Amino acid sequence: MTQHRVIVVGGGLAGLAASIRIAEAGLPVDLFSLVPVKRSHSVCAQGGINACNEVARQQGYSEYEHFDETIYGGDFLADQHPVLEMANWAPKIIDLLDRMGVPFNRTAEGRRDLRLFGGSLFKRTHFAGATTGQQLIYALDEQTRRYESEEKVTKYEYWEFLWPVIEEGRCVGIVAQDMRTMQIRSFRADAVVMATGGCGLVFGKSTNSIICNGAAAARCYQAGVWYGNPEMIQVHPTAIPGADKLRLMSESARGEGGRVWVPRTPRDTRAPKDIPEPERFYFLEEKYPAYGNIVPRDIATREIFDICVNQGMGVGGDNQVYLDLSHKDPEYLTKKLGGILEIYEKFVGVDPRFEPMKIFPAVHYSMGGLWTQFTKGTYNPVEPRVKHKSGAPAPIGSDLGQGLQPGAPNNMMTNVPGLYAFGELNFAYHGANRLGANALLSCIFDGLFCGVSVANYIRNDAPSKSPSCDLPASAFDRVVEQENAKSKRLLDTVSTGDPDPATNPYIIGKELGDEMTAACTVVREDARLGQCLQRLDALKERYTRLKLADDSPWSNQSFTYARAVGDMLAIAEAVALGARGRQESRGAHYRTDFTERDDANFMKSTVARYNAQTRTSSVTFEPIDASLILPTVRTYGKKDAATGPKPPASAVATNA
Amino acid sequence: MTSTHTQAHASAAARKAAANRVNAKPGRKVFVRILRCDGPGQPSRWETFSVTIERGANVISCLQQIAANPITSDGTRSTPVVWDSGCLEEVCGACTMVINGKVRQSCSCLIDDHAPTEGDTITLEPMSKFPVVRDLWVDRSRLFHNLKRVKAWVPIDGTYALGPGPSESAESQEQRYVMSTCMSCGCCLEACPQFNVEPDPAAWDTAFVGAHALNQARLFNQHETGRRMKGERLDALMGTGGVNDCGNAQNCVKVCPKLIPLTESIAVIGRATTIHAFARWFSGK
Repeated sequence: MTQHRVIVVGGGLAGLAASIRIAEAGLPVDLFSLVPVKRSHSVCAQGGINACNEVARQQGYSEYEHFDETIYGGDFLADQHPVLEMANWAPKIIDLLDRMGVPFNRTAEGRRDLRLFGGSLFKRTHFAGATTGQQLIYALDEQTRRYESEEKVTKYEYWEFLWPVIEEGRCVGIVAQDMRTMQIRSFRADAVVMATGGCGLVFGKSTNSIICNGAAAARCYQAGVWYGNPEMIQVHPTAIPGADKLRLMSESARGEGGRVWVPRTPRDTRAPKDIPEPERFYFLEEKYPAYGNIVPRDIATREIFDICVNQGMGVGGDNQVYLDLSHKDPEYLTKKLGGILEIYEKFVGVDPRFEPMKIFPAVHYSMGGLWTQFTKGTYNPVEPRVKHKSGAPAPIGSDLGQGLQPGAPNNMMTNVPGLYAFGELNFAYHGANRLGANALLSCIFDGLFCGVSVANYIRNDAPSKSPSCDLPASAFDRVVEQENAKSKRLLDTVSTGDPDPATNPYIIGKELGDEMTAACTVVREDARLGQCLQRLDALKERYTRLKLADDSPWSNQSFTYARAVGDMLAIAEAVALGARGRQESRGAHYRTDFTERDDANFMKSTVARYNAQTRTSSVTFEPIDASLILPTVRTYGKKDAATGPKPPASAVATNA
Repeated sequence: MTSTHTQAHASAAARKAAANRVNAKPGRKVFVRILRCDGPGQPSRWETFSVTIERGANVISCLQQIAANPITSDGTRSTPVVWDSGCLEEVCGACTMVINGKVRQSCSCLIDDHAPTEGDTITLEPMSKFPVVRDLWVDRSRLFHNLKRVKAWVPIDGTYALGPGPSESAESQEQRYVMSTCMSCGCCLEACPQFNVEPDPAAWDTAFVGAHALNQARLFNQHETGRRMKGERLDALMGTGGVNDCGNAQNCVKVCPKLIPLTESIAVIGRATTIHAFARWFSGK
């Protein structure tokens, strides 16, 4: 009998949800991860997970409004049908997590508690303390362990994905390396799910874990998988600067009442507590009276950047603003936000329950990722509807229709048949800006909803394809040889002289991060992006002369890192090209030379393709399906400049 | 009780940190002394590196600096140090090691707190209760295996939409949440006199299961659906390597970075296994 198998690469929320669902469908799963899956980057998610709930529903909220918020929050860049289906599924996903034992915070009555989050006027965010991602991944990790003990899932932890095996025009396996023994070998599968997360390390220091280097995505991309919206990189407004990384300070701090401010007098030297209310500039609240501190992330980030970099009003003249919770009850803060407040206290040495935190924006999330397809469901109005008015009843029929066709084999499949992209790696849901607490949702939704699609892809088409276990070994051996050759080339570079910065992989990696942060984050501009592309070319050239400091055939981490740097350069080029080509401003992508959104030319997906012969990227802009909601201007009720911030009061003297 | 404990602990740490940080100057050089090993069965050796400390430096940023320029303090060319790490914000558990003789996460170990003056030394060793893979990286597979021994999961009927889970009091949620923050780092096992290195997986099922697994058993026994496997969990914890192997040294609770009341969990499981044993004896099963 022929045994079909599925490979899942990545053990975060998306990979685990996919593994569980595919195993339930009766297909054995081989699960690959750089780390024990319980340590995946999903643990870092703090604030919560969005879903329509009964309390919000009875105040006028609906799945439809969640959908509408997500499209508006993403500045109308996402294909709309997948987003609708995700919002439809959100309440079911919360229920499932609840059944798995996730300790969601509770009300006095014992129901799931809710908090406010960016981009919504309704409480629709479910949370477990301020370590929601950790609690969700633990629940999925436990269920995966259960299936592992029943031998339905086989884990390959500390195995690194190196390359997809593509044969007969479809993906039939992968080549991977054991990070301990350094053995490189192939694995066969009838479908491969990539769920390897984001690429924060391309920007050097970010809020991401050290494993989020984007190398797996880059390898698929270089093997011919298209990459969608690479330029859409979310810079989170509130992070704690650090020597090794920038630690996230969750949006839930603002959702629970945190206020962002700077002294009205630049370089005011007084302690924050000694600055009276009238001399504090709560710039988000003044500019955005409706949403205040809970404006979406791209807006908060640009306002903080503007206050510090353009206006020189950062606290103490540095690039930092206050995020203030000290007006709230300390006991309440411990209950709702304990986990993140401890992080601040541990790394900064100040208790944020009593002193305002000092924060600055940091690279956080990649809305872009591998380009994927879908099959539309039953909800297809004749005309797109106008933007939903918050709190108004959902359009008639919208709650009856499906955004996606359940189980359609191409749901979230890349342009390579049999190769899927789930979770942060999938470009599908967040458009040009992700709303807070939608990431955990999109990861789990992909795994659960599209896991069925993977099973159907294998089963529906089974008679027309030879199963991967019957394919000739040559297809797999070829890729193993390619990877062995690549390894040998790198290991042969070990130099015995003094390390030369020009050829040192760590220095190349750092310069890449510095350059990408300077040119491709909060503000972007044509000439600077052109310069960035030239510098990337120079780094690529230096990479060809790279020298390693360790040629050990055992657990060679610096080799692993050096190999990834080459892949990070490929992703970086796609990001810079996308940013340069998109001559407009939309969501997280802000161009000083094209400050307006241009729907006629750019309400389109950026699709990056890699040319393996020339080793270069190119981008095109391709139509999206926006047949459900008409685009509107995305202002979040901002007051116009005339009524905006008052000039800084010259008022230190009045504070007697 | 737990939240008060947390606060007292956190503010004591903050006071100590603040005191040391006043004197710590960025740009100073400190020594990082590391116990290295090339692989399983290889001899260990000490190597010392001189590192320049920037603002906010932690053990991770020192190891990153060494990786980029692996030359020891006596000028010898060496190799980048190998270590396990992930989130760098003390929530994934990966970067656990023994620092100045105490087991903890290296990401939250700030150099200003431990080596505030020029020429100070900070010592890094791999955990001793797990086999070394290389340098500071150890193989903690057994720790995860032990989660299978206690069936640390809720036995749900699959992932299809079957309505909400059981409701729960806020008090119970707060208790379970703290227990559920265990990140499988292994600090409690490193500190435990009863938990010893065991490279042979065949012996894992009869060696001491460890405080982290006992705590997980309590966590799932407390959940309304998880409780339905209580008997199976207690069966597993009654025999060799179960809760009776705990020597009551109480080291585990002192080193837990998440301040989980581990000794309380061990006591709860101890009582439950006693009751479970009696019940089995009287029912003749």
